[in-house]
Amino acid sequence: MSLISRTLPAKPLAGAIALAFLTLLAGGALFSLGFEASRETGNTLAAFNPYLWRVARFTLWQALLSTALSVGFAIPIARALHAHQHFMGRAFVLRLFALPLALPALVAVLGITSIYGRSGIISQMSQYLGLGFIPDIYGLTGILLAHVFFNLPLAVRFLLTGLDSIPADYWKLSAQLGMGNGARFRLIEWPAIARSLPGIMGLIFMLCVTSFTIVLTLGGGPRATTLEVAIYQALHFDFDIGQAVALTLIQLMLTLAILSAFRITGRPTEEGFSLAITTRRYEKLGTGERLANWTAILLALLFVALPLAGTVVSGLAADLGRLMSERTVWRAIMTSLVLGAAAALFSVVLSLALVAAREAVAAGRKGQETQSFFERGLDTGASLILVVPPIIIGAGWFILLRHFADPFDFAPWMVISVNAAMAMPFAVRLLRPTWDTASARHNRLCAQLGITGWTRLRLIDWPVLRRPLGVAFAFAMALSLGDLGTIALFGSDAVQTLPYLLLQRMGSYRTLDAAGLALILGVLSLSLMMLADRGSQPAARKERSP
Amino acid sequence: MTGKTGGAEVTLKQVRFSYGEMRMNFDLTVPAAQIAAIIGPSGSGKSTLLNLIAGFEMPQSGTILIGGIDITRAAPAKRPVSMVFQENNLFAHLDVEANIGLGRSPKLKLTADDRAAVASAIARVGLAGKEKRKPQALSGGERQRVAIARALVRDRPVLLLDEAFASLGPALRIQMLDLVKALHAETAMTVLMVTHHPDDALHLDATLFFLENGMIAASGSAKDLLSDTGPEVLKRYMGTMA
Repeated sequence: MSLISRTLPAKPLAGAIALAFLTLLAGGALFSLGFEASRETGNTLAAFNPYLWRVARFTLWQALLSTALSVGFAIPIARALHAHQHFMGRAFVLRLFALPLALPALVAVLGITSIYGRSGIISQMSQYLGLGFIPDIYGLTGILLAHVFFNLPLAVRFLLTGLDSIPADYWKLSAQLGMGNGARFRLIEWPAIARSLPGIMGLIFMLCVTSFTIVLTLGGGPRATTLEVAIYQALHFDFDIGQAVALTLIQLMLTLAILSAFRITGRPTEEGFSLAITTRRYEKLGTGERLANWTAILLALLFVALPLAGTVVSGLAADLGRLMSERTVWRAIMTSLVLGAAAALFSVVLSLALVAAREAVAAGRKGQETQSFFERGLDTGASLILVVPPIIIGAGWFILLRHFADPFDFAPWMVISVNAAMAMPFAVRLLRPTWDTASARHNRLCAQLGITGWTRLRLIDWPVLRRPLGVAFAFAMALSLGDLGTIALFGSDAVQTLPYLLLQRMGSYRTLDAAGLALILGVLSLSLMMLADRGSQPAARKERSP
Repeated sequence: MTGKTGGAEVTLKQVRFSYGEMRMNFDLTVPAAQIAAIIGPSGSGKSTLLNLIAGFEMPQSGTILIGGIDITRAAPAKRPVSMVFQENNLFAHLDVEANIGLGRSPKLKLTADDRAAVASAIARVGLAGKEKRKPQALSGGERQRVAIARALVRDRPVLLLDEAFASLGPALRIQMLDLVKALHAETAMTVLMVTHHPDDALHLDATLFFLENGMIAASGSAKDLLSDTGPEVLKRYMGTMA
């Protein structure tokens, strides 16, 4: 028996394979676009036409407006929620504000049209009252409504976290000195808000620039379209490769520019995203201020809750029985579940490989300060999808595969790969803390006791990782279920997911069917999200165990 | 179950190691069946010394011998040592019995003999009746007792204690030192312990090694070194210099 251990560097190897896959996924798409651009230089150059610049301008403009509106409204709402720490239903409001982000965009779009649309509640009320006002949300209005619906609650939650970081003594001081609303805002709250504002705005801006589903469904023709939707249209309807390549290049440069700006602003912290009451407020608010606060909270509640309720009400109005007896619907549900589960599994495995490899490589570094190129790759690899958005990957591969085969045949593989990559930033964030803590605790012990390989996985790592792995899986699957981007490009009659079918029914004005499908999709996604949420709660409480 | 192996001599010859900026160079011998206490300011390399012996760190050059056998490049599990850390000695999801059983079989496949050894070790460290408890249901002292019980069933000739009792209160710490003393008397294993408390060395009547800047600055019996006539470096460390 040799004294020297000859263990295979399994973890770095797994990490290298995961990185190679991600590089291939993004690199293949970029290569394809570059190749196409150089082959058809004339066409590509010609595609840098006024249309393209108009689309690029609109992309930025709607993102800017969405961000400003979301954050602008979020500030008074967050202040109001922070000022009133104890009221019945506060926890409910905060929980409700977590919902939109968990909702597939397509479902939210249907919810919004059920309220603000041509035949929505507002329109019906106005007809009933004989006002003759028929809202038309298609275009910038609809895009902004949907973006604010998604991002206002997000901004409120981030801002509340920022406000919670204000030391309790400041509130005592403010009460003692008798600060009024204005002084309190300027001297105490604003500095905390301003600190988190750049990160929040950057995040929302990025989400709106790369927003696909909302613009596709609520945008109004060429006047209100963004780069991502224009790429899709160029590939799907016009089959204008030159135009698609040009649009993709612009989109890529845009995301790169925003992400480098991100590096300067920093990201918002999500720590302490909880329902816990962390601060006590001491001041007595004036009646006017109380009234304003309650109005803000109530309006925000209505704004978020109405579309959600609309989804449920119009979904139930649909003939669910008939829908559920349709073979197409069943096939779409099954396809969605299978592809979603496969993507989630793939995502979790890739993320675990990166996380484990990063920890192993970092542990081997021993105090030396500089990270190797490989380690930095393992560190940031999961975020690749943020630089190269799903639509760009989809477009690149679509253009490339066309040379060899029918791209639509690759639908399942593309959906699984791209959706897996899409969920990786989240999966890595869920897995890494547990993995790193567990390794710090167990590495030396396992080395001494000779617990290695499969035994270690079974006895030591799996019991600790089971829960975060499950949470990451549920989260990734929910994300994948609701995704429309890749399947919109690659979907066909042969491979239809639930969102794809939903989009088709919307396109052929079978609104009731669409509402029913949206309800099914929403329930599926939310159940998974709730499962993930429930799974992650006790894990946090158990953190203190030895 | 215990005490069949007896102790083994631990020798470090010109062992060089650097961690970041810190350069260390160790040269020492602890005779078989002795108790050695290692003290020194934080960052002087005390834990690194134990990590090198246990195989958690690899020296850049030099040789480490245990019982006359060169184990410089051996994997941690293959070395004739057991190490008890300040914390995280136990797997939180496994009960006392399993945590100790891992000392016999890393796959946790225990024979009847193994089970008997585990049971008697549990009794020996005073944890009878707590076999099925998970670590979070144990006190800090009890957790360290489990770790020591595991060292017992592993039955290796060298025991390394890396500030193993630092987070315990004074009375508990003395109790644990007494346990170590009693086990040492039974098994004659060689014990190397890193501690912040020079009193520990006196309590165990140990050989003292004083570390400073990655080197052994003084060594000898604890009684002599810690007395009024001890070397100046130690007085400075103890703060007893006028």
